[in-house]
Amino acid sequence: MREIKYEDIVKSIRDCIMYSGTNLPKDALEKMNEAYEKEQSPVAKEVLKQLLENADIASSESKPLCQDTGLAVFFVRVGEDLKVVGGTLKAAINEGTEKGYTDGYLRASTCHWDTRANLKDEVGYNLPAVIHFDLVEGDELTIEYAAKGGGSENVSRATVIPPAAGRKGVVDYVKEVVSNAGPNPCPPLTVGVGIGGTFEKAAISSKHALFRKLGSVNEDETLASMEAELIEELNKLGIGAMGMGGTQTVFGVHIEKNPCHIASLPVSVNVQCHSSRHAVIKL
Amino acid sequence: MSKTYNLTTPLSEADVVQLKAGDIVYLSGTVYTARDAAHKKLIDLMDAGEDLPFDVNGSVIYFVGPTPPKPGDPIGSAGPTTSYRMDSYSPRLINEKGLRGMIGKGKRNKDVTDACTKSKAIYFGATGGAGALLARQIKSAEVIAYPELGPEAIRKLEVVDFPLTVINDTYDQDLYKIGRAQYEVK
Repeated sequence: MREIKYEDIVKSIRDCIMYSGTNLPKDALEKMNEAYEKEQSPVAKEVLKQLLENADIASSESKPLCQDTGLAVFFVRVGEDLKVVGGTLKAAINEGTEKGYTDGYLRASTCHWDTRANLKDEVGYNLPAVIHFDLVEGDELTIEYAAKGGGSENVSRATVIPPAAGRKGVVDYVKEVVSNAGPNPCPPLTVGVGIGGTFEKAAISSKHALFRKLGSVNEDETLASMEAELIEELNKLGIGAMGMGGTQTVFGVHIEKNPCHIASLPVSVNVQCHSSRHAVIKL
Repeated sequence: MSKTYNLTTPLSEADVVQLKAGDIVYLSGTVYTARDAAHKKLIDLMDAGEDLPFDVNGSVIYFVGPTPPKPGDPIGSAGPTTSYRMDSYSPRLINEKGLRGMIGKGKRNKDVTDACTKSKAIYFGATGGAGALLARQIKSAEVIAYPELGPEAIRKLEVVDFPLTVINDTYDQDLYKIGRAQYEVK
């Protein structure tokens, strides 16, 4: 049984959150440069220029890329031969989150659903984190982190379509969601799609799809071809950077699939803004 | 063709009727911040017939909830939030209190664009997700109401050459519709 110290997890998460808040990951930066090169609309090109400049300023001045520094979302794979000493894994992730958001001068964005009162004093600064655990073989701990903004979450949607609708039904639904979203989620977007499983499994898969490296090719041939088709179709919508019209509406489309119930075809679309702040910690 | 203007708050009717969807505006002067929670309080005050915490006539409201400032900085990152959450509140501020400008991102509903046309107000877009860049144009920030709302408190900002694009003008034009139609491939 391998042991990991509680404090080591707290520190790794704190450091990761602080870095991610002010440094756009390399894959997102590459996609933004690529969009700037390809964009046909002068208005959208100016927006992309501002976003590239913003990434420079954020990194050099250690200032958050965006004032919406997100809810902290984690996908955690825990090896069964691993033991956390000094506290629980969940508590360590939450403590690291609170420290990262506080020490990094990031925003406390959690609130009560009804009164809308900020939870920073009652629960903790930007707590609770949203954590998805998975048990795996071995003695490693892998923590995937993303800062998930509200604007793009607000346009995300899930449904269950009839199995007869098939691939076309999935493609049409993704197009409908992105088209309706228009300028609101801060395009260019990464579009996470979860297919199959139960209703909530599709939603969680669509979230996890956003953590994949931008520009990577899906290992599944059918999904890879759907991703290529969707990138082309979504760019044809003409939404462009910040929705002012343009040819570059998406950075990428990432699809994850699950086996379905024989009666169902769940589809979930989770939208990510251009400020795609995500990172992986291995301990 | 899009034009570029340098304007200073408070804005007059003459300032805003010259603007067309797609124009670039560099705005200087005082701008007030408010998100949905603060808007709700403003409308409650109006319903109660009480004074608002700032003079709305000719003013510009920026929909933003900044990050906390680092020591020595006036403000943290400060880009626009999605504006539709203010749609149910903005028309009354425009029609009854003379609000001249709003800064945000994303679509507004017909009630808001109708109010812009009727009472001469502008909906400006700032670049979402450019919070570090936009913060450079904010020279001072002071909480003037509802400190308990934290990032959502009303702040009085002094801005210099704050870069904006006209989304909805006083002629019922919408840059989101015009721009998208130009690049949509059917």
